[in-house]
Amino acid sequence: MSWLVGIIALSAIALAAGLILGFAAIRFRVESDPIVEQIDGLLPQTQCGQCGYPGCRPYAEAIANGDELNKCPPGGQATIDQLADLLGREAKPLDEAHGEEAQKTVAVIREDECIGCTKCIQACPVDAILGAAKQMHTVIADECTGCDLCVEPCPVDCIDMVPVATKPERWKWQLDQIPVAVVDAGQNTATSAPSASKVS
Amino acid sequence: MAVEISATSKLWRFPGGIHPPERKAPANLNNIQRFPLPPMLFIPLHQHIGEDGELCVAVGDYVLKGQPLTIPGVNNGLPVHATTSGTITAIHEHPLNHPSGLTGLTVCLEPDGKEAWYPRQPLNNMDALSQREVLQHLQAMGIAGLGGAGFPTARKVAGAKNIDVLIINGVECEPYIASDDRLMREHAKEILAGSHILQKLTFAKQLVIAIEDNKPEAAAAFREAIEQFSVTADFSADGADPAGSAARTNRQPILKIVPTRYPSGGEKQLIQVLTGKQVPVRGLPADIGILMQNVATAYAVERAVNHGEPLLERVVTITGEAVKNPGTAWALLGTPIDYLLAQSGFKPGKKQRVIMGGPMMGFTVTNLQIPVIKTTNCVLAPTHKELTPPQAEMACIRCGACEIACPASLLPQQLQWLAKAQDYAGLKQHHLADCIECGACAYVCPSQIPLVQYYRQAKAEIREQTIEQQKSEIARQRFEARQARLEREKEERLEKHRKAAEARKAAQAARQSEATATEQDPVKAALARVKAKKAQQTAPAANTESPQGPAGSASQTTPEHKVDQKTDQKDAVAAAVARAKAKKAERDRLAQAENNNEAEKPIAAKNAPDHDKKDAVAAAVARAKAKKAERERLAQAENNASTTNTKGSDNG
Ligand code: SF4
Ligand code: SF4
Ligand code: SF4
Ligand code: SF4
Repeated sequence: MSWLVGIIALSAIALAAGLILGFAAIRFRVESDPIVEQIDGLLPQTQCGQCGYPGCRPYAEAIANGDELNKCPPGGQATIDQLADLLGREAKPLDEAHGEEAQKTVAVIREDECIGCTKCIQACPVDAILGAAKQMHTVIADECTGCDLCVEPCPVDCIDMVPVATKPERWKWQLDQIPVAVVDAGQNTATSAPSASKVS
Repeated sequence: MAVEISATSKLWRFPGGIHPPERKAPANLNNIQRFPLPPMLFIPLHQHIGEDGELCVAVGDYVLKGQPLTIPGVNNGLPVHATTSGTITAIHEHPLNHPSGLTGLTVCLEPDGKEAWYPRQPLNNMDALSQREVLQHLQAMGIAGLGGAGFPTARKVAGAKNIDVLIINGVECEPYIASDDRLMREHAKEILAGSHILQKLTFAKQLVIAIEDNKPEAAAAFREAIEQFSVTADFSADGADPAGSAARTNRQPILKIVPTRYPSGGEKQLIQVLTGKQVPVRGLPADIGILMQNVATAYAVERAVNHGEPLLERVVTITGEAVKNPGTAWALLGTPIDYLLAQSGFKPGKKQRVIMGGPMMGFTVTNLQIPVIKTTNCVLAPTHKELTPPQAEMACIRCGACEIACPASLLPQQLQWLAKAQDYAGLKQHHLADCIECGACAYVCPSQIPLVQYYRQAKAEIREQTIEQQKSEIARQRFEARQARLEREKEERLEKHRKAAEARKAAQAARQSEATATEQDPVKAALARVKAKKAQQTAPAANTESPQGPAGSASQTTPEHKVDQKTDQKDAVAAAVARAKAKKAERDRLAQAENNNEAEKPIAAKNAPDHDKKDAVAAAVARAKAKKAERERLAQAENNASTTNTKGSDNG
């Protein structure tokens, strides 16, 4: 009979534990970020529409519904890799049909040519352009995502996309890309050399 | 638990560390020299952590020594000052004292040799001033940490609360550099005075001066200065309360000699040596009651407070075997380093490199015109034999030498693998942020792997990603805010349209009833009345029904709704018919009136809006025409331009 007692006891314990776990699963459920939010968090939020959707969030929704990961040129390979990581899918190279990963740019309005038509304001998805009807407009460079959307609508073509200049604070230590001063006896020449130096 | 250090307290060890050849010898033998004024000074606006200040001088201005050139901007930045009197000949982009070799806005100052001072304002009665006022003075004097990254001293002091121990760092552990060593030997008294000012500002209970045991002369100078100080302190405390002596012994600076081992001059490492405590990860020394300042900073604080002098010059070591007279010199900020080298008898060898800073943490300069800035401690011109240029990198053999040498107890080889794989999450997990970039790991690595280089790149990449993420988050918020705004505006517009339509309907209804009244059709009028009544009745019925509650009402409402709809439809048809009739009647009436030429007023009233409308249309047409003309003109201009362009290219 002792085997029966054992089975009953174990079953009772299993049942109790199951109840506790079941209760805990409901009571302490962690509200995880819905997958669309997570995908949207990885996209660059340039809102440029190059992916073929009217903004990053629609594309995030499309990805969640199974669209390809490699349609966002502003995000480039880094974003594709992160998305692939998140979703456990295969990372593909950027789909060239949607554009190439270009240098970061920022819009600049040639202010003396601006006629104050407010067309660019209407086009800017992040409200980075400041101005009023018949007044000169200007771009808030810090808020501009470089999406290009304001260039087309400008009737007098006074908006330029200029590359963002590297500042020392945001320089990435690409030492092999800068010429190091190497002073030869006599003349000054600059040749490239890595700078890690050490005491021999 | 409060930190306490006494003259006899035990010294601890930090993990790792190395013993590179010191090579301080030729440079630290002679007094600090003073070279003649250079022909041109290049004073960059960006010398500190934080935003650049705003320029307050222009090209052609004559400035005095110590005159501020910038007004500090946001974030408590520091101003930069004219380091001698002279004329500003240009303000333009000039190579920065930075490993990237990038350029930055620089004020070019041509000295006139007079060294005429801008009015100096020493703080003679410092005790009467609040901490804030003194810190403001230090900020205005442009005092920054002269040992490390040039962090504004006032900000560092203001941010530190509940300080037990103020440590004055005279360790200077990097090979070759002798700037602090010479400064301590020659100006121990001033450094001590500056340290006391800092102690007062931080309310630190203890003042500790730490010197490495390879600088016995500096230690002796300090011992002497401390003795002198106690004598004067005795005088000043004469007749003070009995607690005075206890306070005095507490205020007595403690000199600690620490064993020579690279990088014991690192902030966290020195704290560990002196107290045995570790600064928490991502924390500051202030979190465990400690504040550290460099000896040269203490000296600059003394000059600023007691003499009213901004930070205009610093001691720079010029050394290396390619220099004939190695030594230390007072260099005005902005002095180009080729001038310093020339003054020291620089004989460039074949493929000569010049290193800014020491051999462990310094960088190879990209341009000899770069100026001395607040953090420049050494200009090193080594020969090839002395410092071999980096060899070709080989594969990591997992020997573990780097791990033993790392003073931050990291796993350098692991970090290196992760950095090469660009696994930034992994790097964060392995505490890359704690790497002080001391170079100890790269120094011991038998495979010649430039480890620090990988870490710097990875750190920059991580920083860049963080910035990008923040930016995209802001962009998302702005985008969503805009979407919400557009949505709201659209709704408002619809609402307006709806209201306008309603108003129109109401007006029409009014007209219709009027028309029916004028038409005197009793039958139709009666019909309309009945219909209106019915509509009114059904409307309240629908209204009163809803409060009955959802239960059971669903089955009741559906047929009734159908009835409603039917009657509604009937009503609508009837209304449309009535409307059409009313309209016709109105038209007839008007036509008649016009024919009879009797009712002039209504005609005038009706014609006026017509005129308005016509005017508006004409204006719009004119505008459109103007626009078109403008466009054509522009197109033509463009065509012209392109044709001239092509002509130009044809010619060329
Ligand atoms: S291409 Fe990328 S940045 Fe542009 S809208 Fe699509 S997801 Fe956003
Ligand atoms: S300013 Fe132009 S380029 Fe910049 S975010 Fe707005 S629309 Fe895009
Ligand atoms: S550079 Fe970083 S990893 Fe290398 S020894 Fe120094 S602290 Fe450790
Ligand atoms: S010292 Fe160099 S070779 Fe040895 S484990 Fe470290 S990185 Fe690898």
